[in-house]
Amino acid sequence: MVPYFIALLLLGLPIAWAEWALGRYGGTRGYNSVPGIFRAVLRRPIAPYLGALGLLIPVVIYMYYAYIEAWCLAYSVKMATGQLALGASQHNYVAYFAKFVGFENNGEAFDLSRGIGDSAITYLAICFILNFVLIYRGLSRGIEWFCKWAMPALVLCALVVLIRVLTLGTPDPHYPERSLLNGLGFMWNPGVAGESFWHSLANAQMWLEAAGQIFFSLSVGFGIVLCYASYLREKDDIALSSLTAVAGNEFAEVALGGLISIPAAFVFLGAAGTTEAARSTFNLGFMTLPHVFSAMPFGQGVGALFFFLLFLAAVTSSLSMLQPAIALLEEGLGLGRRASVTLLGFVTAVGTGFVVYFSKDAKALDTLDFWVGTFCIFLLATIQVILFGWVLGIERGYEELQRGAQLRVPRLFMYIIKYVSPAYLVAIFSAWVYQQVTAEKDNYLRAAVHDPVARLSVGLIVLVALLFVLLIAQSVRRWNKNDAQRGVDEP
Amino acid sequence: MTYGGWIIMILSVGFVTSLFVWTVARVIRTPDASTRLHGEIDIDTRDRDT
Repeated sequence: MVPYFIALLLLGLPIAWAEWALGRYGGTRGYNSVPGIFRAVLRRPIAPYLGALGLLIPVVIYMYYAYIEAWCLAYSVKMATGQLALGASQHNYVAYFAKFVGFENNGEAFDLSRGIGDSAITYLAICFILNFVLIYRGLSRGIEWFCKWAMPALVLCALVVLIRVLTLGTPDPHYPERSLLNGLGFMWNPGVAGESFWHSLANAQMWLEAAGQIFFSLSVGFGIVLCYASYLREKDDIALSSLTAVAGNEFAEVALGGLISIPAAFVFLGAAGTTEAARSTFNLGFMTLPHVFSAMPFGQGVGALFFFLLFLAAVTSSLSMLQPAIALLEEGLGLGRRASVTLLGFVTAVGTGFVVYFSKDAKALDTLDFWVGTFCIFLLATIQVILFGWVLGIERGYEELQRGAQLRVPRLFMYIIKYVSPAYLVAIFSAWVYQQVTAEKDNYLRAAVHDPVARLSVGLIVLVALLFVLLIAQSVRRWNKNDAQRGVDEP
Repeated sequence: MTYGGWIIMILSVGFVTSLFVWTVARVIRTPDASTRLHGEIDIDTRDRDT
């Protein structure tokens, strides 16, 4: 938790403010896509191409996020129909989930022999069609109205689950060490088991993952906030809006998630099982929460509602993930919204199919999540703090942030963005590269060379990146032509 | 659960809960909050095809 909170204060919060300010700055100059916004800030030919990361990240994340969204929907239905009443053994819940999503063999998720209603593919198809109909018809604002009620309901539901988890005690007398108190200790005790506190702090991978977790939770470093902030009016508040979003996400993750998922997993799985399950944060809730629900009054109904509300939250995230790419296709290539959505639908369907097929040990999902969901986000966040702190400048940046603001942001954060955040990012990144190169055991860097599925996954990322570079090149020609007509110098 | 664990848990949960409550209170007290404050999903991208 120490690297996590340091990353929140020195990276997450300052970068969130920088991202909103950069986005609105670009928007008031006529750009809504990340390449366009970067072009407005940094008047250099390379600028729009740096913005390719702001398209690559949300689109590739969408490719596996849609699958996770399908798990939420499926588990909501399965809870409601009693299919997840799997008894007292935690093994049943783990085995059921592994079978359902295809962790045992590649292509297993496409196996419809258990019946079409029981297949992950069916739920994925429903989610994919739902997302694209909503985006295609421009209905995301209707979803927003619905979410005004659904999200508080999700928090209430989570509070009910929290109370149940905190009263679990020691449910299995055969394992007296698997108590709630030990579960809380597993989550909150400083340091890693078997290592001293200071030794565990020397692990660069942990600092990188803590930063990645912060970026993922706050949706900063994705390019999504840049794009959405560009649609705001000049006098709209961005300071309090972004801080409220940060606070809401942190409350959900730390105060609710931190007290529910890991302690509950520990109580049912023990230390070794939790460490194994927690390798992917996506899996943990699906393996342990159904067991928690089965051990509480009205658990079937509460569980169904909880997973359905989680599904709704995932839908809202999915809808926003495609907007940066839609914005580029519209503003750079002159396509209409529906044509843009159709093109993206094809690209993401191919990518999601890849993730679902290579499901053994979630290798494809895990590889995409690391290289795009952590590594690329890290790169884009670094580019953003440099653009805000050193190109736009902290004086102009602060002015942009405070225009229409309902909150006075302490100036100290401008110096953090200019000096501390870039130094922090570069230091962790350098240490991580050193550790990866000199490590003797398997890691993501080695897997990208030696593991066939990891190699293919990295190849997919490169292909999508190349597609966006080509689209940006075409957009740059269009922007240059428009600049020439208006008598503005090309960058 | 060690003393260190208790301290980290109370500080962490206390900090994020206080921050969340404080920001929500600020939002509620803001006049015309619905038109001046925005989350991602309620921002109108104004790009629907006609």
